[in-house]
Amino acid sequence: MKLTDEERAMLSGECGPLRHWAIAHQIQVGRYFHATDLVQIAQAHIMCDTESLGEAGVQWLERWMGLPDAQRRVRVPTITDPRGTDFFAAPRLKQENWMVERERRTTVALESCGILMTNTCINYQTIMPPLLGEHVAYGDTGVVIYTNSVLGARSNFEGGPSAFAAALTGCTPRYGYHLEARRQPTLHIVTTFTPQSLDGWGALGAMVGKLAGDYWSVPLVSGLERIPGSDEMKHFGAAAASFGSVALFHLSGITPEAKLARDFSASVSSLPQFRLGGRDLEAFRQRYGQTTGKVDLVVFSAPQLSIVEIQQVADLLAGRQVKIPLLAITSPQVKPDADRMGLTARIEAAGGTVLAGMCFYNSYAREMAEANGWKSLASNSAKLVNIIGGYGYSPTLLSMEQCIDVACAGGSV
Amino acid sequence: MRDAMFYAGCAMGHKIQGRALVAKDGFSARYDLDRIKGVFSRPEHVLAGQSYLGRVLILDAAKGGVATAWMLFEMASRSMIPLALVLNRANPIMAQGAAHAGLPLMSDFDCDITSVIPSGALVELEPSVERPYLKLLRDDTNGAPSLG
Repeated sequence: MKLTDEERAMLSGECGPLRHWAIAHQIQVGRYFHATDLVQIAQAHIMCDTESLGEAGVQWLERWMGLPDAQRRVRVPTITDPRGTDFFAAPRLKQENWMVERERRTTVALESCGILMTNTCINYQTIMPPLLGEHVAYGDTGVVIYTNSVLGARSNFEGGPSAFAAALTGCTPRYGYHLEARRQPTLHIVTTFTPQSLDGWGALGAMVGKLAGDYWSVPLVSGLERIPGSDEMKHFGAAAASFGSVALFHLSGITPEAKLARDFSASVSSLPQFRLGGRDLEAFRQRYGQTTGKVDLVVFSAPQLSIVEIQQVADLLAGRQVKIPLLAITSPQVKPDADRMGLTARIEAAGGTVLAGMCFYNSYAREMAEANGWKSLASNSAKLVNIIGGYGYSPTLLSMEQCIDVACAGGSV
Repeated sequence: MRDAMFYAGCAMGHKIQGRALVAKDGFSARYDLDRIKGVFSRPEHVLAGQSYLGRVLILDAAKGGVATAWMLFEMASRSMIPLALVLNRANPIMAQGAAHAGLPLMSDFDCDITSVIPSGALVELEPSVERPYLKLLRDDTNGAPSLG
């Protein structure tokens, strides 16, 4: 790979052992994908929950804390993905002290590098959305797919170690979605229905992701009858990324790189074409809508809720009382607004719980299930429904309204 | 098929030999595994219930999210990791995680690698040469097909 003088200095160890590790890691990954150089980035976003890090990962981060500040400080604004707990609510979730302590140690280690502990997967709605054409190094698949597709910025999936490396070097290997050629559509999906609910957008995203099949596929979707809102895009993208490992989609006439149909007109007719209709949606709902007749809890999460979604939950709970746990999980940026506007109080008066800074599946979901006796879960997040089966839950995809009806009916579907 | 060679377009890591565990399914450490027990745990996965420890895991494509990048390192720290990972198509997370964990990784063959290697066969991976390859050393599976 072609390196600048600065990058060569980092590789030689002149800038300390941490930056040496970072650039060597990036070169190894870059070579795997035949990158020819590195590209400067504007921001980094690090996935760093301790359920993923484990004790080994936490100790690995801590080992760098003894370095001089100049050798460990990140070179671009760097923020974090949701963590494995809400520090204010861990006992309510029956999370154990060692989990919280591990998260605290991780916080200290990352803050020592100048990383901002934003603990959010909706930074594109709340922190600093990147600009069209801007290169970033983002973790969290939902963040990457929204950033690439809706905002037109450039990022690959950057796992925790690589996003950390990018933060330390200020650059990332130029491959994948940093390259214009990779951003062209590879399949064309025509939908004959336009979803009306968040779970519907998630279901459509899931089906698009499954058709796309892998990271290197870029679906172009046409046939939508209106422009989806930010939360709808959020659920669509998160599900496409979850079900298909997809990092970029285009919506014909809607997303910035497909705003004009002629952008892709030369190649669209030659792409493999697929159709999705109401029957496909129904079949998808059947597959993920089956239950044993009762759910143990309702979770709104994955991605974290916007202030608008929090308001929708509060409105739907007005004058009602839930009879099973209902968790509404948002970001540390949204939560104070929800508190200030009385939304948290309204949800909690109805028996629900508002959590911040975590996401359900990366918060020791298996251990929480065992501690609380949770086996089956209902959510309006297609992404959560896809993931949580691996943690031993039996999941059901329902609309937000249906989820709240179920919670108020004691779990009966 | 003995000593058949398959060349990878992308590779990293060191040379190893081991028994293959093959399926036409995807791979994600978070979605698919019980990492404590070292088995595939997602009920829908073709390999559900099977141990991946000490096996050359040969699967179709990388799936799911970014967590695998940290998880492979954590799994390696407890020696609860596959011997190597071979995919038809890898994504950045697998490469980043394999690099951090020191796990041999190969992808991008000119054939469907899950179709040509039987589960249980002895294979050799050499990712560190100019033309990285996977060699089928011994197929004593009596023609048992790969799963999926």
